[in-house]
Amino acid sequence: MTDQTAAGLRIRDLRVVFDGFVAVDGVDLDVPRGDLRFLIGPNGAGKTTIVDAVTGLSKATGSVQFGEQELLGREVHRIARAGIGRTFQTATVFEELTVLQNLDIAAGAGRGFARLLRRRRGVPEAVERVLGTIHLADATDRLAGTLAHGQKQWLEIGMLLVQDARLLLLDEPVAGMSHEERDATGALLQEIADGDRTVVIVEHDMEFLRKFARTVTVLHQGRVLSEGSVAQVQADPKVQEVYLGTAADAAVVAEGVDGVDGAGVDGVKVEG
Amino acid sequence: MSALDRLTRPGPLRAALGFGLGALVLLVVAPATLSQFRLDLLAKYLCFGIVAVGIGLAWGRGGMLTLGQGVYFGIGAYAMAMHLKLAQTPPGELPDFMQLYGEVTELPLWWQPFRQASVAVPATVLLPMLVAFVLGQAVFRRRIKGPYFAILSQALAAAMAILIVGQQGTTGGTNGLTDITSFFGYDLGDPVNRTTVYVVVAVCLLGCLAVARQLMQSRYGELLVAVRDAPERVRFLGYDPANVQTFAYTVAAGMAGLAGAMFVCAVQAINPASIDIVPSIAFVIGVAVGGRATLLGPALGAIGVAWLTTAASEALADRWTYIQGGLFILVVAFLPNGLASLPRVVGDAVRRRPAEVTS
Ligand SMILES: Nc1ncnc2c1ncn2[C@@H]1O[C@H](COP(=O)(O)OP(=O)(O)OP(=O)(O)O)[C@@H](O)[C@H]1O
Ligand SMILES: [Mg+2]
Repeated sequence: MTDQTAAGLRIRDLRVVFDGFVAVDGVDLDVPRGDLRFLIGPNGAGKTTIVDAVTGLSKATGSVQFGEQELLGREVHRIARAGIGRTFQTATVFEELTVLQNLDIAAGAGRGFARLLRRRRGVPEAVERVLGTIHLADATDRLAGTLAHGQKQWLEIGMLLVQDARLLLLDEPVAGMSHEERDATGALLQEIADGDRTVVIVEHDMEFLRKFARTVTVLHQGRVLSEGSVAQVQADPKVQEVYLGTAADAAVVAEGVDGVDGAGVDGVKVEG
Repeated sequence: MSALDRLTRPGPLRAALGFGLGALVLLVVAPATLSQFRLDLLAKYLCFGIVAVGIGLAWGRGGMLTLGQGVYFGIGAYAMAMHLKLAQTPPGELPDFMQLYGEVTELPLWWQPFRQASVAVPATVLLPMLVAFVLGQAVFRRRIKGPYFAILSQALAAAMAILIVGQQGTTGGTNGLTDITSFFGYDLGDPVNRTTVYVVVAVCLLGCLAVARQLMQSRYGELLVAVRDAPERVRFLGYDPANVQTFAYTVAAGMAGLAGAMFVCAVQAINPASIDIVPSIAFVIGVAVGGRATLLGPALGAIGVAWLTTAASEALADRWTYIQGGLFILVVAFLPNGLASLPRVVGDAVRRRPAEVTS
């Protein structure tokens, strides 16, 4: 167990400050290797900022280790080469390139210059495999810009897979997807987070979380509020208090505390 | 697939055919049909076409708005001009203009290396590439892009022209380096030799097109487009976009330098006005008009605009400048992908028409 933690993601006392505003305030976070961790919390809780700090986009203090390597202070592309991949809250793919070209670029960061200057012949094996996994085998030559929203998100996940990332950080990967697409994505992510690869998902969708999360960390105002299994986190009164405020979780409403519920919404909103 | 199909479909066969056709027109038809005067002019335009091929790569594919290619064109041109000037100066004497201005009594140190052709000729291409590499690393690492990069590159072109004008005694100042009479021992007054220069220029253009095509079609070319459209995304895949951009920028500078060197041979002179902001912008206008992201668009656009400039300024004098500006605005506003996209735009419009009728 301790062994696995050592090889996974280990964040200590992470702080990110924007012009005096503390977006992430001393976060400790351990994600063991092979885990499928959900990172949740109200808007502005600092979820995306943590992903930004881990991937080198935002300046941070503290420590972020993956495996044996310290990531903080390294350049973005070096962190990526160390096996950390991410997606963005709004799907970003290379719209004017085809699906195949998108994946080929993602697969190629290790290519030497001489190979870059030659043309691609055929489909690389890693790309071929992933094309099937992300259900885009029929769309290899389509421009990524013409894909449906859900397909773009899949393409992004596919890019992480061919990139051979060991740690995958996904920022709201199922936003805007249909029910079937969500289930397919969830199943795919479960499959990915199996043994060697660690997956961290930022998500607002509670139903999706309940179905697929193995462990959950709840953030609030830049700090860790609660952590554990889905059941543990849901039972935590602190979490209920925060989530009543955002009124996003239908489950809490379904628990049937209408009167208190309404008061809670107003109360917490003013506070937030 | 029929043979005709295969020839009209994008691919190596069509490319080879197009290339052969281009070579035929440039190397056989043009010399056979044009007067020496027109052929000399065409050689000059083809030089602009070579610059444009590089801009198409850096700007069209790489998104770097290179408004200052005059710098690299100028380095190539002056390197070649200095060599040719020295080559036609009797041993022990100073080049004519240095004697005339009398500011120096000895050949300046930085002129010395250009005496040897084996130094000067490679320098016309390598020196611009070196400058572009250093500048590109400095600029792209700091993530300077878009308008800031454009302004910076343009300021550089202005600075270089000002520097040359200010150092009249050793650079020829505003007049530049003129009266270049021979080209590696061949008399440039002789039409046969001028035709040879034209042929060399045409071959250089075809060569640059071949290089650009290979780069555009390679994995690097795909990566370059990705960096143009979403540099941050590329970074998160483990590439350093600065290196990707610097390479295209450096290649473009090399082509501009080659063009400058050939320009000197074709025009037999070079002066600061030819490497300043105005010609730098004219290169970009040609590229935009032709279609910046295509292979042939930039070169054809630059050649076309240069040809129009000569033809129109004979007839319209100063008014041509305004017309050129207007043409640029029209193309940018209505054909953002240049004239090269005209067939597709028209095709789309024609195809849409029947659909509208039925619906
Ligand atoms: N570049 C920035 N400059 C200033 N403030 C920022 C910046 N990025 C984020 N913030 C602030 O930091 C806080 C945390 O933002 P973050 O994007 O991490 O929230 P989040 O948990 O991802 O929220 P959401 O669920 O809305 O995506 C917010 O208050 C946000 O306004
Ligand atoms: Mg967010």
